[in-house]
Order: sequence, then structure tokens, then C-alpha cells
Amino acid sequence: MVTVEDNRVIKTNDVNFFYGKFRALTDISMDFEKRRVTALIGPSGCGKSTLLRLLNRMNDLIDGTRVEGEVLFEGKNIYGPDVDPVEIRRRIGMVFQKPNPFPKSIYNNITYGPKLAGLTDRIELEALVEQSLRQAVLWDEVKDILGQSAMMLSGGQQQRLCIARALAMKPDVLLMDEPTSALDPISTAKIEELIQDLKKDYTIIIVTHNMQQAARISDMTGFFYLGKLIEYSATEKIFTRPDIQQTEDYITGRFG
Amino acid sequence: MALQSSMRWRYFKQGVFFGLVRLSALVITAALGGLLVYILVNGAGVLSWDFLTLPPTDSMTKGGIMPAILGTLYLTMGAILVALPLGIVSAVYLTEYAKQGPLVRVIRIGVNCLAGVPSIVFGLFGLGLFVVFLQFGSCILSGALTLGILILPTIIGASEEALKAVPQTFREASLALGVSKWQTIVRIVLPNALPGILTGSILGIGRAAGETAPVMFTAAAFYTAKLPSSIFDEVMALPFHIYVLATAGTHIEATRPIQFGTILVLVGLVLGVDLIAIVIRSTMRKRKRW
Repeated sequence: MVTVEDNRVIKTNDVNFFYGKFRALTDISMDFEKRRVTALIGPSGCGKSTLLRLLNRMNDLIDGTRVEGEVLFEGKNIYGPDVDPVEIRRRIGMVFQKPNPFPKSIYNNITYGPKLAGLTDRIELEALVEQSLRQAVLWDEVKDILGQSAMMLSGGQQQRLCIARALAMKPDVLLMDEPTSALDPISTAKIEELIQDLKKDYTIIIVTHNMQQAARISDMTGFFYLGKLIEYSATEKIFTRPDIQQTEDYITGRFG
Repeated sequence: MALQSSMRWRYFKQGVFFGLVRLSALVITAALGGLLVYILVNGAGVLSWDFLTLPPTDSMTKGGIMPAILGTLYLTMGAILVALPLGIVSAVYLTEYAKQGPLVRVIRIGVNCLAGVPSIVFGLFGLGLFVVFLQFGSCILSGALTLGILILPTIIGASEEALKAVPQTFREASLALGVSKWQTIVRIVLPNALPGILTGSILGIGRAAGETAPVMFTAAAFYTAKLPSSIFDEVMALPFHIYVLATAGTHIEATRPIQFGTILVLVGLVLGVDLIAIVIRSTMRKRKRW
């Protein structure tokens, strides 16, 4: 039992979330396990992206939002009064739906975060750039053009650069908000492969609209509908014999 | 037949309206062109190296306008030094930090009202505050501060627009890396907004250079051949010099060519500054990739 407890890196307890008066999430209680890929699926507006952005306090940026309940990261409530959201975001990285590299060189995109976090040694930075780009399977494509603007890269390369940039901060958890929805099938396949590799070292929580993607890459899947967590269990179970009719209707394409 | 004639009628209407649109564009261009030609024809005659580099002589009926050119340059540079930091910081507060609500709305309305205040009011305000109350006297400092306040709304407006034009995704990307909001603004938002801020601000400079009313009580001398040695000295200024020669000089008719020459220099200066802004904006557009 102790090992199971240790494996829960993030845990939400009865989380409710409001945009003004609108209740976007209702009583979400979920455990996210270490070094696993958890997929959040559901129709548009079901609250899955909202939940993802709750986990590293990105929703703080939106005026007029309110959180109830607890989000425990390694046992500590990240919405507690003494918690610095900047520190949380350093440990819980994020990759967005649309690739969003900075209008800087490839090299500077990677070193931006670590430099501001206090890493100044040039040799260490160079090593970190190579390591992060290798992890994101981008190194071979860009090792000779590190000084060029990241804006010159293709969409798929940009997205892998954004993953490398997030990895350079050495986070414990990687949140991915529909990371392949703006990409072509080949780039998508590369990123899915990449996620499988990253799973060895990182906890990954991914929002996706693509059911096959969830089935292919995730270990656990949570199905959301109208701000509620309808069903949450092993991906295999969700996609073969879900407990709840609504889940089955959604994954078989009967609605959504 | 009926169809054809109705089509012809429609084409006729279209022709008439396009003609009107073309005409109004032409009128505006012609007005500007006419103004420039008029100034050029009347003023070009006195332009010479001496006119630009010598002080006025013989009760300002002869000689050049160098002290006025220099004075205007000092005053505008001073105004920029005052208004640019203040304006950028205000805009950062309004767009990045302030919670959008009644207070911010009131501040924005205030800024817009400030932009609509007649320049003579700024002149009197500068006279009351800087010259008299703070006892700076009529000098570069008072004039630069007054002009700075005058162009502040322009700079705040331009900076706000430029800051808003920086994609929200850049901010999110930076914050998601565990970079603080302040660092995000300094490292990501401001550098990407800077070309836009500068373009808008340079247009403000053009306005500051051409204003007469704010400097006539706060900085400008009727005549001084002495060049300023500190920011507490009075200076001559191009617009005020024109005003003086055209209304209060002893030989108004005799100095007409000098008046036009001075106007030509002032207009050249303002248009030159605007040109810089246009060049910055176009190179920025070429480089922009988001």
C-alpha cells in the first residue's frame, strides 16, 4: 500500500472551478500517478483543459476565476497561502496547443528559463541545450542551426522545441494541452513516440481530442463531460469495457 | 434590354461614388502638397549654411536661426527623456498589472482627456508648477517637463497598443516555465513591444517639436544669442521664433523670408522625425514573424 501512495504525484480533492459565476468543474477528485501518461478526454467545453491549467496554476492569469478544494502536489496543496505559483510552474511544465516558441534563436529558447532560474555557466547551458533537444528528438535536425530564429522551424519542429524548452527546466510533471492538434500526421506520430520515451522519466498529463491518440499513448484515461469526471480508469478498460454508458457513447462516436 | 439598362445604371452609380472617393483622397493630398510647396517657394531662398549655423543679428532681421534649432532639439530630447520612461511604465501598469476594473477605466479616460487638452493649458500649467511654484524659472528643464506631459498621453497610448499586440501565448509560454511575471515583462513582453512603442513615441516627438504655446511661458526666450550652458538656461525655439517674428518683431514685413525659412526648417525637422518612425515601423513589420 505504501508504494501506491508514493506513486500519486498529483491528487485533486473535490475541486470546483468557476469563471465568474460559471461553474466549469464540479467536484473533481483524481490521482495522477508517477511516470505514467494520463489522458483527459471529452467533448469541447467539458473542462479538461481547465483542469490541466489548474494543475500548474495557469488559470491564475485569468481575472475573475475561483478555485475550491485542494490540488495536492507531492502532498502539499498548491493553492495554499504560502505557495509561490512561480515555483510550482518550475516543477510542473506545460506544452500548449499551438507551438509558441519565443521570437529568439533556438538556443536562446531553451536557455531562457534555466538562465532566469540562475544557471549561468556556459558549458552547463550548452550541455543542457543538447540534452533537452535530444530528449525532444530534435537535436539531429537543429544542431547546426542553433543560432537561427525558432520561428524558421516547421510547426512540428516548433512543438518539439517547446517540449525541449519545458524539459530544460527539469520538471517533475509535464502537462500537455492538445499538443498535436495543430500538427500534421507525421509530426503527430513523432510527438506521440516522444511521449512514450518521456514517460520513463516524467509524469505526463495530456488533454486530447483525438481518441485514438489517447488509446495509443496513455496508461490512464479520464472522461469528462459538462465539468464532471464521468469515468477514470486504465486506458485499456475505458476503451474496451467502460463502466458507464456515457463513456461508451462518446468513445464509439455516438455523441461529442 | 431592361436588364442591360439597369446594369448600366448600376455601373454609372459605382463610377460616381468611386470618383467621389478618389476626389476626397486627392483633396487631402493636394492640401498637404500645396502647403509644402508654398513653404518651400517662400522659404527656400533664405536657406543657407549660414542660416542654419549662425545666430540672428540686427534685431533678428538678419543672420541665422541656429540657437532656435538647438533650443528645439534640447527641448524635444528633454521631453522624451521625461515622457518615455514614465509613459512606458504607466502603460505596463495599465495593460499588464492593473486589474481591469473601474479604477483602470478612470485612468484611461483621464489619459484620453489629457490628450485632448489644448496646448496653451499645458503652457499655463507648466508656468504655474515648474516656473513659479518649483522656481525652476523659464528654462530648458521647465519646457522639457511641460512638453513631456503634453506628449505623455501619446506615448502611453502607443505603448499600450504595442504591449497588447504582443501575443498572449508569449506570456503564457514564459510563465509556464516558472518565470516570474516581472521577468516575463522585462525579457519577453517589452523587447517585443519596443519597436511599436518607439514608433508611436516618435510621432509624439514630432508634435512636441512643433508646439509653441507650451514653451512660450516655460522655456523660450524672445532672443538670446548665448547658447545654453545648463538645463536652467533659457533657449530660443523654432515655433516660438516664428511666432515672435510674425507678430511681435520690429520689422514684420522685412523678416518674412526668415519666417518662411524657419517654418521650412521646422517642417523639415518634424517630417524627418516622422520619416524615421515610418522606417522603423516598416523594418519591424518585415522582421515580425508571428
